[in-house]
Amino acid sequence: MEFGYSKEQVLLRELYRKFAETEVKPLAEELDEEERFPVETVEKLARFGFLGIPFPKKYGGAGGDYLTYAMAVEELGKVCATTAIVVSAHTSLCAGPIYYFGTEEQKEKYLVPLAKGEKLGAFGLTEPSAGTDASMQQTTAKLDGDEYVLNGTKVFITNAGYADTYVVIAMTDKSKGTKGISAFIVEKGTPGFSIGKKERKMGIRGSATCELIFENCRIPKENMLGKEGQGFKIAMATLDNGRIGVASQALGIAEGAIEECVKYVMERKQFGKKIGQMQNTQFELADLATKAEAVKLLVYEAACEKDAGRPYSHLAAMAKYFAGSSASDITRRCVQLFGGYGYTRDYPIERMMRDAKITEIYEGTSEVQKIVIANWLKLK
Amino acid sequence: MKIVVCIKQVPDTVEVKIDPKTGTLIRDGVPSIINHDDKTGIEAALTIREKLGGTVTVVSMGPPQADVALREALAMGCDEAVLVSAREFGGSDTYATSGIIAAALKQLDYDLIITGRQAIDGDTAQVGPQIAEKLHLPQVSYVEEVVDAKEDYVVVRRQFEDGYHIVKVKTPCLLTAIAELAEPRYMSVGGVFDAYQKEIRVFGFDLLKDDLELDMIGLKGSPTNVYKSFTKEVKGAGTILNDLTPEQAVEAIVKKLEEKFII
Repeated sequence: MEFGYSKEQVLLRELYRKFAETEVKPLAEELDEEERFPVETVEKLARFGFLGIPFPKKYGGAGGDYLTYAMAVEELGKVCATTAIVVSAHTSLCAGPIYYFGTEEQKEKYLVPLAKGEKLGAFGLTEPSAGTDASMQQTTAKLDGDEYVLNGTKVFITNAGYADTYVVIAMTDKSKGTKGISAFIVEKGTPGFSIGKKERKMGIRGSATCELIFENCRIPKENMLGKEGQGFKIAMATLDNGRIGVASQALGIAEGAIEECVKYVMERKQFGKKIGQMQNTQFELADLATKAEAVKLLVYEAACEKDAGRPYSHLAAMAKYFAGSSASDITRRCVQLFGGYGYTRDYPIERMMRDAKITEIYEGTSEVQKIVIANWLKLK
Repeated sequence: MKIVVCIKQVPDTVEVKIDPKTGTLIRDGVPSIINHDDKTGIEAALTIREKLGGTVTVVSMGPPQADVALREALAMGCDEAVLVSAREFGGSDTYATSGIIAAALKQLDYDLIITGRQAIDGDTAQVGPQIAEKLHLPQVSYVEEVVDAKEDYVVVRRQFEDGYHIVKVKTPCLLTAIAELAEPRYMSVGGVFDAYQKEIRVFGFDLLKDDLELDMIGLKGSPTNVYKSFTKEVKGAGTILNDLTPEQAVEAIVKKLEEKFII
């Protein structure tokens, strides 16, 4: 087993860090306080190629691999979890399925502008009654002539409203169960498609999380992604991809919290010395850093296995489960090391703790990840 | 327009430590970056190319590790890169360095050469102007703005301590860039992958030897002797005395000098 980055990755890490420190970090607090979507950052992310990292150049991407993409989400996540998820949802959940399952025409029309960052993407799977049980899709798509007619409501959709292109999952034949589910590409502005209520969230408050409402929304039948009945498979494969993104985001949050904490404990004095010189602080941070490093290896392994074309679903599930629970644990313990100041909004650490929680929930809860892992262990 | 930008890879710190025994910089463990003023030069060149078309070639003299600085410049959008590197060039001071770079530039086609004003590790501000002299080119140093650029001339604003000059200069010419000239762009993600697909040409001693003598380069060809290196002491803010008649001013200055036992 070899541990090492390619020359490109070494240079890119520098770019990611500098971009995150200069363009993203200064906005993080404001986005959180004002629950504001970072429109200006998205424009910069597009300009410097952050929105199409793992896609080939011929489709407008940067020509990188999944590990290189995961590293970008990680670095953004260190300073602003909101910005990290904007990139992750766009790349893994929208551009991803179009790249893996789209026709050449669909890639040309939809993937190219997404990968170039000219358009932003989102993914609509979850419904009020179809969360962890994603097979309970109530949104329907009925073929009528050359068009599918969509009806139903999606909830908790990341990038909603700001995205131009949506990959939407809907039931085409209820009698077939999960085999009656299909995937579609829907453009913003299509008559009958509107954005509903925006959620008021605990964390990642700058990220737009809204309902998608379809009322007799007619889309051309060539906008079906994959074949009729393949939608559930596409959705599950998309979530496998997405989990590496969310795991990278969680890894970034954990690393960012540790960085902030190390800085703080070397400034804060109690009992006549820096609290970082006290053994409890040292042992606690040694523990957290070890945990974060273990998370990193698992996340990177999942990305590398995907890049190598080997089965990685179980690794993506393990990475997301371990990264999410670790990020929550690490940020919570960092707040403890900050003491009273950590509980105030004068320091970013409480925001990081609030942001970390969602990584245990979205794109499959930790419990769903355990189901995936148990299945891989053949515990059926 | 064919633009060449000369860059230097330098240690990434403004607080470079000096080995008190040898008087040289301690570079171990300090990451390397493109010198700030040089990066500004790259940005200015790319901006001119965007307006007029043409190419931007980036040139750096240094050890093989300087490859990373050149890749970064390519990832920012430069078209080609040249590494000027040979054992014979090691230990060169500014005089020898400018001679070697001038020889390298003779191998290239250019209308405009941009260098940074000075490097943060040496702070001499000599190499750019010396290159221009050795190539018999007109030069404008301390450029803070490119006002206009055409194929056969450029109009630039040169910074002075108490003002500025607007200078129109015929191409080919050399400009030295300061931080105010431009805010360097980031590399792009795709640009990094492209950068490693490109070949970096290496100009060694053999290629340049017709324009170089062995006693003009390296340690031997370097007339500079470093007497002592030291960390600058921070000076206090100066005092400005306003609204004084010449007599009062003289009196005030004499009084200050007496206070400090200078006179």
